[in-house]
Amino acid sequence: MTKENKTILETRNVKLWYGNKEALHGIDLDFPEKGITALIGPSGSGKSTYLRALNRMHDLEDNITVTGSFNFKGQDIYAPTTDTVDLRKKIGMVFQQPNPFPFSIYDNVAFGLRLAGVKDKAVLDKAVEESLKAASIWEEVKDSLNKSALGLSGGQQQRVSIARVLATQPDLLLLDEPTSALDPVSAHNIEETLLELRDKYAMIIVTHSLSQASRISDRTAFFLNGDMVETGDTRKLFIDPKKQETADYISGRFG
Amino acid sequence: MDLITEKIKKTSLSTKQDRFGKLISITALILIASVVVLIFGFVISRGLATFTTNKVSLGHFLFGTDWNPSVVNKKTGQPGVGALPLIVGSMAVTFLAALVATPFAIGTAVFMTEVANKRGAKIMQPVIELLVGIPSVVYGVIGLTVVVPTVRAIFGGTGLGILSGTIVLFVMILPTITSMTVDTLKGVPRHYRESALAIGATRWQMIQKVILRAATPGILTAIVFGMARAFGEALAVQMVIGNAANMPNSLVSASATLTSVLTMGIGNTVMGSLQNNVLWSLAMILLLMSLVFNILIRFIGRKGELK
Repeated sequence: MTKENKTILETRNVKLWYGNKEALHGIDLDFPEKGITALIGPSGSGKSTYLRALNRMHDLEDNITVTGSFNFKGQDIYAPTTDTVDLRKKIGMVFQQPNPFPFSIYDNVAFGLRLAGVKDKAVLDKAVEESLKAASIWEEVKDSLNKSALGLSGGQQQRVSIARVLATQPDLLLLDEPTSALDPVSAHNIEETLLELRDKYAMIIVTHSLSQASRISDRTAFFLNGDMVETGDTRKLFIDPKKQETADYISGRFG
Repeated sequence: MDLITEKIKKTSLSTKQDRFGKLISITALILIASVVVLIFGFVISRGLATFTTNKVSLGHFLFGTDWNPSVVNKKTGQPGVGALPLIVGSMAVTFLAALVATPFAIGTAVFMTEVANKRGAKIMQPVIELLVGIPSVVYGVIGLTVVVPTVRAIFGGTGLGILSGTIVLFVMILPTITSMTVDTLKGVPRHYRESALAIGATRWQMIQKVILRAATPGILTAIVFGMARAFGEALAVQMVIGNAANMPNSLVSASATLTSVLTMGIGNTVMGSLQNNVLWSLAMILLLMSLVFNILIRFIGRKGELK
């Protein structure tokens, strides 16, 4: 990673309440324009909650309040004038469960573009092929694009889900434990895919697997009980953590 | 033989209970299955008598347009047993009612599952369920006192006919289709919604392009269920359709359906006579149609199971 990597997303003092219960206690985190940032921490530490705040997925729930400043390329994510539809095109999300729609592989990947009004078959064909290639699944599915995506294995489904997000050309990719529902081989394939994407996209990955975080991420942030305890270069954080809690967690003393 | 061996060799109490339970459920199963078989056997044997005993040709029965079993038609020399007007009447009210009810049902269901807040949906649910349970005679009475005069005022004539039948059936099958559609929509996994929104779908696009598409087999099943109910409904339809077994030539002229002719006629004919047998033939058509609806539902359900 180069040093002059610009910041794509800057969050300050992010707080989140479920009803009256404060779940995030003021998170400050910046994300560079390229590369992978891993959010690690035990269950209930708030890392997924924080991730979902970044593309306003919490809007779907009634009793969740989010405050703080979110500066995404100069745009305030939570400004009243921000269009969530536009925002989510820029900030794509991949979920824990591989969740292709019950359509053909082609229709799945073309979905986002069709939503945006793209009808030209040639444009769609090209985007589908490129996205599937970027998600390193093109070779496996190129002859069965019209078959249901639900017929694929879990790992393949997850890569189709990634391709579906990539097709809309987001600037930032949020990955919420993308491999935790997969077998080790599929998980490895996904990691390979992410590594190939890291030069082109900014990615934030929530993971329970410390080894995964250390393998693929450039930067790591450690969450605990709704606080961001420590963040920094992944290698530095794993070898020489500054905080005692971080050291305890990565050495497996809890979590 | 020691005590344990003896105990093991004896049938234990739980095994006996197990067998008893099995016996009860098998008995119930046999009973129900035989009732179904007997109904089918009876209706079909009586229904076929029209063709075997009374020598009416199947073509005449299915495609003849002259329905008047007690009078011999002078031209053909046969009694008027052409059931086409009734079949057309039944089909017309069924399809029209389904056609009108479907958009309303889908709209209501989408509102309840996707748009309304939890409290709104909580109020709507029992309302819909209540509508399913209202006896059909009540619908018939309301049809006769509200729908028929309204139709009469607008279109003239008697107000009785396919249009009135359609309106009454529309109200009757609306809750059926709605509540089944609601169940289907609720069954669409939450992650479809999330991932649709996460790649920049608007709420409406999400509903239209993902939820409704994923729920299509279930919605089709709901429509077929509604149609099966409409097709078999006798009382309410009979009260508003006019019961004139003519080939329907407009939506507001008196017509008849298979069910309405059956309920009107079955008490006024003598067992074994042609007039009676031919009613059984109508019943046979109804039975076969409900079988078709059932198979259709199965077929749609299987297609909907995602491969």
